[in-house]
Amino acid sequence: MKLALYLGCIIPNRYPGIEAATRKVLPKLGVELIDMKGASCCPAPGVIRSFGRKIWLVTAARNLTIGEQIGLDIVTLCNGCYSSLKEANHVLKIDNKEREEINAILAEIDRNFKGSIEVKHLAEVLYFDVGIEAIKKVVKRQIPVRAAVFYGCHLLKPSELRPWKSAEKPTFLDAMVEALGAKSVTYRDKTMCCGAGGALRSGFPEVSLAIAQERLKAMKEAGAECIVNVCPFCHLQFDLGQHQITQKLGENFNMPVIYYTQLLGLAMGFDPEELGIYMNVTDCKKLTEKIGT
Amino acid sequence: MSQEIIALKDINEKLLKELNIAGVTNIVFCIQCGTCSASCPSGRITAFRTRQILRKALMGLSEVLKSDDLWLCTTCYTCLERCPRKIETVPAIVALRNVAVENGYINQRHREVAHMFIRYGHAVPINSENIKKRESLGLPAVPPTVHSFKQALEELQTLVKKSEFDKKVNFVWEGDRK
Repeated sequence: MKLALYLGCIIPNRYPGIEAATRKVLPKLGVELIDMKGASCCPAPGVIRSFGRKIWLVTAARNLTIGEQIGLDIVTLCNGCYSSLKEANHVLKIDNKEREEINAILAEIDRNFKGSIEVKHLAEVLYFDVGIEAIKKVVKRQIPVRAAVFYGCHLLKPSELRPWKSAEKPTFLDAMVEALGAKSVTYRDKTMCCGAGGALRSGFPEVSLAIAQERLKAMKEAGAECIVNVCPFCHLQFDLGQHQITQKLGENFNMPVIYYTQLLGLAMGFDPEELGIYMNVTDCKKLTEKIGT
Repeated sequence: MSQEIIALKDINEKLLKELNIAGVTNIVFCIQCGTCSASCPSGRITAFRTRQILRKALMGLSEVLKSDDLWLCTTCYTCLERCPRKIETVPAIVALRNVAVENGYINQRHREVAHMFIRYGHAVPINSENIKKRESLGLPAVPPTVHSFKQALEELQTLVKKSEFDKKVNFVWEGDRK
């Protein structure tokens, strides 16, 4: 299958290792990625949508028209981008009045929202379109670690607009991680927010970090050896945020943080360097040593 | 709040109207059960109470717009999922934030994020450290986003001007700077 790759901001501009890993592993699972040239910030639902709904909707609409021009459904690698693009796409498809207003603004830049494509999350593509069995088949190296699987919020909620239809006790990402040979540990408040979203990390970093600290404590207590996520903002919050928690709050978790396609890349036999795993702030050496790369 | 006397002068009749315009009308069904506050990741470690924000908004208390509390919601949607009255909690908070920004209540750190978005088309733009990382990974030095296409950035900035977002967040364009 072919999909239009929506990069967003944090992945290409802060965690390019996630981009490199994704571009390496997806084609091996039969997913061809086409760049969305000229795409901008989704825009971020927590900040930009909170400041002005109209600029949020019209910017998301512009990004969607890039996918429409390519003629492919969009895949996002970020829960926040998923939220903005998926919900804007939904609103513009069902609300004629709002679509007309937005198209009137888009006409200024010779664009028009048609509503001809869908927006998917990487996890959705891997789980539904590729499938667990196909993932198991490409594993060359088992990942023998205890992982704290972290879903993040906007992958699951609002559940009415998500394919899983429920946000309570999801299991699909655990299954995806266990397909690589890892053990998904049970921990307290697993589906509770990482604390980065909603303009909290930029506006009130001390509250934001205190929320992340709660999650990290629960993961550590459960004996997790790493965090596996599917959102670069959760990734940044646990990775860079962990360093900030050590500095500001004096607690050191020493917990490697890895994005799903990076872990999948390791399982498929790629080197940690080409997956950008050592570009994380957290020390991922002990993780890769245990895997034997 | 329960101990306070609410004066008529504290009530902003426009507030509910503005929420109505934003399409958030169903907060009137709130029964103040507190499921939202009980599910809240921010409320667990701060005095932020979703239930209180919604009640204050319903009463038209304009203090809700000025308070930092309005910005402690992570928009995680757990309250919306669990609300027994199916109230659009998060859209209500986002709509209140929009009204707050319209009235000039936005903190400097948030304004800076908005300015990044307008200036570069990315809320988190590229920097030299990550250009190096990209190159060492064999990726194009600059991603094929708005960063690589001047016309794409111009398109975005046209949308910013047409929606008057620049005015809302006090963005001064390069040519207009003194």
